Amino acid sequence: MHDIEVVVNGDRTKRRVDARKTLADFVREDCALTGTHLGCEHGVCGACTVLVDGEAVRACLMFAVQVDGAEVTTVEGLGGPDGALSPVQDAFRAEHGLQCGFCTPGFVVTVTAFLRDTPNPSETEIREALSGNICRCTGYQGIVKAVQRAAGEAS
Amino acid sequence: MKPAPFEYHAPGTRADALGLLAEHGDEAKALAGGQSLVPILAMRLTRFAHLVDLNRVDDLRGVTRENGTLVVGAMTRQRAMERADDVPLLVRATPLIGHFQIRNRGTVGGSLAHADPASEYPAVALALDAEFDLASAHTTRRVAAADFFLGTWTTAAEPDELLVAARFPVWGAESGFAVVEVARRHGDFAIAGAVCAVAPDRAALSLFGVASTPLRCTDAEGALLAGAPPADVAAEAVRDLAPADDIHASSATRIRLAHTVVARAVTKAREDARA
Repeated sequence: MHDIEVVVNGDRTKRRVDARKTLADFVREDCALTGTHLGCEHGVCGACTVLVDGEAVRACLMFAVQVDGAEVTTVEGLGGPDGALSPVQDAFRAEHGLQCGFCTPGFVVTVTAFLRDTPNPSETEIREALSGNICRCTGYQGIVKAVQRAAGEAS
Repeated sequence: MKPAPFEYHAPGTRADALGLLAEHGDEAKALAGGQSLVPILAMRLTRFAHLVDLNRVDDLRGVTRENGTLVVGAMTRQRAMERADDVPLLVRATPLIGHFQIRNRGTVGGSLAHADPASEYPAVALALDAEFDLASAHTTRRVAAADFFLGTWTTAAEPDELLVAARFPVWGAESGFAVVEVARRHGDFAIAGAVCAVAPDRAALSLFGVASTPLRCTDAEGALLAGAPPADVAAEAVRDLAPADDIHASSATRIRLAHTVVARAVTKAREDARA
């Protein structure tokens, strides 16, 4: 077992974790933040995407012990403290960028990081950025529009 | 899907990392970005008693220029290679690796040492005559890319050795470069891919995804340098190819795709040289 200290969605916490516990299982089981979803558990589907020190990563491909000293942001950390939706979340709702919602946390976290680094993306750049996240419901068109809306409102 | 239990080590220095690898031998595995190793562990395709995490070893990270060589520390993230302008083949190959979330974690050394036959960096290294610095607790040696890749996921590195840096030759002005691949979906491993570099006085061509290692196309490089049409260079490059049938493509399909990606890469590299 390993002792780690990590800031999750702004809250500093100390935990004891098994070496093989993934970051995804850590946020879901140890931090009770079940917004991070697990689809494939081998890095393909993108549902478990979280931010580690601001960078979007697959939480199923990191171990919790590796984020000792880091800052982790999950989908729960994106909205306002009063529960208000973030601009990206709001755009997904407005443009029907989700249907069943299983993949949505991964998309929202991915898009949040993408628009921070690429504030005025072309449609090609948007599609490239979304290519690492799989959605089986929407056909993606609403998601692309949601990213365009969020980018437009931010600029 | 969880990895089998392992003991986790997080050394802070290169010397400590090499000491752990020396101590535990083939029971230990170095953990770089983890974008290939962690899925393999999770699917229980392999297991190791010890993982030596290199992510806190600062002196394995970073890019330096030594005369005509770009020296890339093994733990440099792939994302940083999107701006490695000294070696345009790295800039062009990097966006083809997985997705940006993968490249945020994935490392240059990890990809090279993992030696997946369908991955891009090994083919880039082979085409450019790159060299790799391998270190153990007691030895260091420099191995040419041509001598490093031995088979699928198999390299010349010993269990106690770590690939600590990759040395990519920098080509001069008037050069042109291209990396072209065909994959089922963007970000998937390539079914076939080609790396091409042209300059007034030299040419380089390699294939990936079509054999158990990346392949250097020496004969086709002659045709490439002589200015042969892309289709002729491609015909030369695939002449002796004998890929196995697999779930992704038949042997014949792979040869056909290899021909296509070589021809496209030659065209693009020549355009790039003129630009």
